[in-house]
Amino acid sequence: MSTTVTELDKVKTGRWHGGKSPFNVEYGKIMMWFFLASDAFTFSAFLIYYGAQRFAHMTWPDPDKLFQSIPFVADYGYPLVFVGIMTFILIMSSVTMVLAVEAGHRNAKKEVVGWMIATIIGGLMFIGCQALEWTHLHHAGFWWGSIPSQEGVSPEVTLAPYFSKDISEVSALQFANLFFTITGFHGFHVSVGILLNIIILCMTLANTFERRGSYLMVEKVGLYWHFVDLVWVFVFTFFYLV
Amino acid sequence: MASQHQDHTVGHADGQHHEGMTKGKIWRIFFYLLALTALEFFIALVLVHGGVVEKGLAVNAVYIALTLLKAYYIIAYFMHLKFETFGFIMSVAISFVLIIYFIALMLTEGGYLNTHYNPFPHWANPQ
Repeated sequence: MSTTVTELDKVKTGRWHGGKSPFNVEYGKIMMWFFLASDAFTFSAFLIYYGAQRFAHMTWPDPDKLFQSIPFVADYGYPLVFVGIMTFILIMSSVTMVLAVEAGHRNAKKEVVGWMIATIIGGLMFIGCQALEWTHLHHAGFWWGSIPSQEGVSPEVTLAPYFSKDISEVSALQFANLFFTITGFHGFHVSVGILLNIIILCMTLANTFERRGSYLMVEKVGLYWHFVDLVWVFVFTFFYLV
Repeated sequence: MASQHQDHTVGHADGQHHEGMTKGKIWRIFFYLLALTALEFFIALVLVHGGVVEKGLAVNAVYIALTLLKAYYIIAYFMHLKFETFGFIMSVAISFVLIIYFIALMLTEGGYLNTHYNPFPHWANPQ
């Protein structure tokens, strides 16, 4: 009998040939990734619809003219400054989140707690800024289904401050609806993220992960938090810059 | 059960974290993101407002390129995707081909409506 092993009988050692986890990622983390991919589809659909509307209209409100206020500092004349602060806050809280994950890898409970608290504060600051931004636009007359208007005055006049090119009621209305829907949906995600972060902070303080021997939960919630930051990067570009 | 036990150790076994993010690297990525955002503000506030360039297709293309670069840094490093296996990266990323197709479809549709069907009244800006 021959001792040579035929090609078919050889033990295969590849990633997909059994005996090991091909992705080498924990189940919950894979599911978080797939959830985020589906959530990204939802946000993409919103933003693509916004783009399609902009393409379909002859004219569109100018973000530089709409977003000019810095709450408590100036009502007018500073385009992009306030949203710049918001963007900075969110990037910063994303960094503190990665630092919490990094501390988790070293099982350093105290550092995880510190960075998680910083992340939660960042999230709350962002939501606060968002609320101020909404309040400002709402006072100007924008809301779901409503735009600045005055009895007996043509929309041409009331809407003039918000346009650089031609003035259109329908464009302004579409902008208002989409702005509040999309930033609202994003703000809802931030709120959920803050809640998840608080839960994770409490679990860390209760030594749950210490007993479990791994801070993998911090990583999973971290993925969600970075996703929220990622969406803001796109919302910022398409609502404020373009 | 042996197989279940194995599942629990997945992620701690060799491979997943050995290339993780060190503190220094995290801050470096942060400064990249900050610099890219600052560049966007520079374009918006200095170049566009200063009248050096005009808002339009070219500037928007630059904004979108910078945005995608920021997205890459967040996904690859902060979300750690760069350090996962190739198969996993593909299983997450490939579906976004559909999004690219969706963008092409919707913007074409929007552009068509703009030129062929635009009954909405609009007024010339007095300024």
